[in-house]
Amino acid sequence: MNFSSLEEFIAMGGHGLYVWLSYGAGLIIVVYNVVAARMKFKRALQAVRDRERRRAASSTTDASSREE
Amino acid sequence: MRLKELWHRLGSPRWFFQISGPLRWVLGGLALVLLLVGSIWGLAFAPVDYQQGNSVRIMYVHVPAAIVAQSVYMLMGAAGLVLLVWRMKMADIVLATAVPFGLTMTALALFTGAAWGKPTWGAWWVWDARTTSVLVMLFLYIGLYALRQAIPRAETAGRACAVLALVGTINIPIIKYSVDWWLTLHQGASFRLTEAPTMPPEMWAPLAINVLGVYCLFGANLLGRMRAEIIEREQGTQWVRELIAGRRSAGEPG
Repeated sequence: MNFSSLEEFIAMGGHGLYVWLSYGAGLIIVVYNVVAARMKFKRALQAVRDRERRRAASSTTDASSREE
Repeated sequence: MRLKELWHRLGSPRWFFQISGPLRWVLGGLALVLLLVGSIWGLAFAPVDYQQGNSVRIMYVHVPAAIVAQSVYMLMGAAGLVLLVWRMKMADIVLATAVPFGLTMTALALFTGAAWGKPTWGAWWVWDARTTSVLVMLFLYIGLYALRQAIPRAETAGRACAVLALVGTINIPIIKYSVDWWLTLHQGASFRLTEAPTMPPEMWAPLAINVLGVYCLFGANLLGRMRAEIIEREQGTQWVRELIAGRRSAGEPG
């Protein structure tokens, strides 16, 4: 460990602002990419489900109109 | 498996979807462990630089982001070439889904570069050969993103992006050699394939771990985005409909 106290660790010898900005930005970018990929997958699944539901709905209305 | 057979299988979105499922968790797990170890090591245990002090810790974020951003671009250039020559579906999927990761990593490299430049050079930004060529790469990424949004016909959009990706690869050797060709404020390469690192091991070890970690993260992230893109593009096919039906009956959460 290079630091003897938590204050020293946060201060980073006067470079705290720059170091923590960089690590914070890194964390944000990583989390953003993970979440965005997950959302894209969910959206794609939802699109297929909606499509299936529309198909199912249109085929039942076709059948009922034929009965009449 | 013979190489030619593998090549043909890689062209099949369905086959890719099956093998990428477990692979993505392996890469994701590796990324998590490597990035935690590398970042904590770099942040708290690595030594200070005798000139730069603690601001040298920015290196453990900046260098991996910059290296992987360039690799992602090279991958897109290769995918562009494959798409133009063989018209492989999967190449277009790579080309479309690699953009966000590469774009955000380039932005991160520039941002952390500014945060490192301020205490080291006294300025957030300098127009030197390295920073300017990386800024050009950011614009290329933004161009690739915008181009796909702007062209409604998927096939045309794919080919236009392939050409842009391929032409843009000229910028990669410029980024790499900018610190040797021009007199730059930016320091020389952190790693060279042919020489031993000039840093002590307790500095280059966490850096190498974080570089590997970001590569694994990119692998996992690209696979995840490609899987979503495959479902989106193949939504009318029998196998995707069966896959969705199977997921629903198995009670798996979306």
